[in-house]
Amino acid sequence: MTPFRSLSRAMLLGFLRDRSSLFFTILFPLMFLVLFGAIFTNQGLAKAKIIQVGPVAILDQAPGLGEILEITKQNDLAAAQEQVRQGDFVAVVRQQGDRYQLFYTAADQVRAGTVRGVFGQLVGQANAAGVPQRFTLAAEQVEDKSLKAIQYITPGLLSWAISMGATFGAAMTLVTWRQKKILRRLRLAPVSTATVVSARVGASVGIALVQTAIFLGVASLPMFGLQLSDYWWMCVPVVVAGTLVFMAIGMVAGGLAKTSEAAAGIANLIVLPMAFLSGTFFPLDSAPGWLQSLSNIFPMKHLNEGMLDVMVRGQGPASILPELGIILGFGLVIGLIAVFLFRWDDV
Amino acid sequence: MGQTIIVQDLQKRYGDVHAVDGVSFSVEEGEFFGILGPNGAGKTTTLEIIEGLRQADAGTVEVLGMSPWPRNPRLLPRIGVQLQASSFFERLTAREQIRTFASLYGIPAKKADDMLTVVGMADKAGTPAEKLSGGQAQRLSIACALVHDPEVLFLDEPSASLDPQARRNLWDLLRSINDAGRTVVLTTHYLDEAESLCDRVAIMDHGKILELGPPATLVRGLDSATHISLATGTLSLPAAREVAGPDASVTDDGVTVTIATRAPAPVLTELADRNLLTGIQVRGATLEDVFLHLTGREYRA
Repeated sequence: MTPFRSLSRAMLLGFLRDRSSLFFTILFPLMFLVLFGAIFTNQGLAKAKIIQVGPVAILDQAPGLGEILEITKQNDLAAAQEQVRQGDFVAVVRQQGDRYQLFYTAADQVRAGTVRGVFGQLVGQANAAGVPQRFTLAAEQVEDKSLKAIQYITPGLLSWAISMGATFGAAMTLVTWRQKKILRRLRLAPVSTATVVSARVGASVGIALVQTAIFLGVASLPMFGLQLSDYWWMCVPVVVAGTLVFMAIGMVAGGLAKTSEAAAGIANLIVLPMAFLSGTFFPLDSAPGWLQSLSNIFPMKHLNEGMLDVMVRGQGPASILPELGIILGFGLVIGLIAVFLFRWDDV
Repeated sequence: MGQTIIVQDLQKRYGDVHAVDGVSFSVEEGEFFGILGPNGAGKTTTLEIIEGLRQADAGTVEVLGMSPWPRNPRLLPRIGVQLQASSFFERLTAREQIRTFASLYGIPAKKADDMLTVVGMADKAGTPAEKLSGGQAQRLSIACALVHDPEVLFLDEPSASLDPQARRNLWDLLRSINDAGRTVVLTTHYLDEAESLCDRVAIMDHGKILELGPPATLVRGLDSATHISLATGTLSLPAAREVAGPDASVTDDGVTVTIATRAPAPVLTELADRNLLTGIQVRGATLEDVFLHLTGREYRA
């Protein structure tokens, strides 16, 4: 066996025989998937119920709205408003000449927001087209707003799981190998540092791809109902790039820490807040603008976006290139910091 | 025979501590060489500089005619290093450990398995490294250091924390490795280990070599007393003083009567005449006495 293969094998065996690392890398994120999948199943599926008072041209002429809106027709505006107030409906809409009026509830902000968004688009597009008869609804936009929970949760949780796996894998290997003097032993063997590092990269990428396969497999079960888009396989380069970035983050944590406990703490301190702020657990759509801008400085945000783009938003293979570039850019910068912090020895 | 290792005027400082302060020695091909001293004497630092793990502040090192610093990939396959802590990959069995190390040197798995047999670990091949006893772990780590058949073997305190039986077994193993023609350099803080194994010993303290030579020569050069001990009661104290003569000292701690003399022959003859040789113990000077003589303080590992 070549040094590269035997070292990767040693790392993989060490990983597979450690129940707790197996649990935290594979099962723990999967538990979140099952949990979130169950909690958000209904919410995501439910259509927004609205009342239409009188004829409303943009509704009558837009096909496909039935996917997201359940429209009931009534004649009395005041009675309809009262029904919205009581929570039976999300909104009332009517048309007065060129003016569309939307009365919505403050009680169900998520769905009211969806309805507002939909109408904003409808009106905007009707104006842009100028000719009501040629009005069409862009399926892509609606798809985005009506994303089922599982469609959003799977790429997000998968991004988080991969980040955790890569960060902890790299940090733990670095610290325990330094503590146990394996790094010194390797330094005294005729293998290059590049071989040692690439063996760890190989092991981590392998683990990440297995995580991806298990995640997509479970999420695609009928009870969760994940629908992958045509180019979902383009998530492979995204997964690989994400693994590289978070391995670099793990190397930084391992470079700073003296013990494996400290390394785990530092890794958690970096990855967990980043997961929340990058929208891997919950969408950031309703977060304040400054937070949405801030999230761009986190590599996990871009990993998450890249995954969403190719796995569920149905974007073509070329569309992820910018995100891929950003992720690899992060990897390069953090990797340089990791090289700077790297130590062969404790002393 | 050529010189395998040549060390000249080695210096290494850590802040204010002069860890290695002008160390010079050379090791012959096939020699069993020991660096002896208490903890903090600078043994390990000296060894690490020779192995190429650390850079010396000053001085030169040559191993097999090459400089070990900076990291020298042509030298590495020719030296074997067993580190102070047992450096094993986590959760791998003994066989997987040694095969992994073997692959780093391009050695086939078959040869790695043979090496396990050489160190008497064949029956533990399937045991995870974490579950090995101290002696077994030490044997495995020596096997891992030997798997690529190096010309020089470095051992850093190989018998630390082993029980007496495991130590003796390890010594036998180390002797056989040296008998096979390899140069062996070891550090130890056990005087008896250095005495029993090494062809030559360098005694180090505070970063300097105090004395260097074959253990027997060092001890003989001491001109120290021979201790003759008998069980208390076999010989009364006055009788013992009479046997010992005027230049010797006699002590009785309630268990043993000890006669310390520089002229043991007449004393032993006298004891033989009195038929008192049964259970008698005669102990010459040891490296312990050499250390005491050199530093003026008791040897404490």
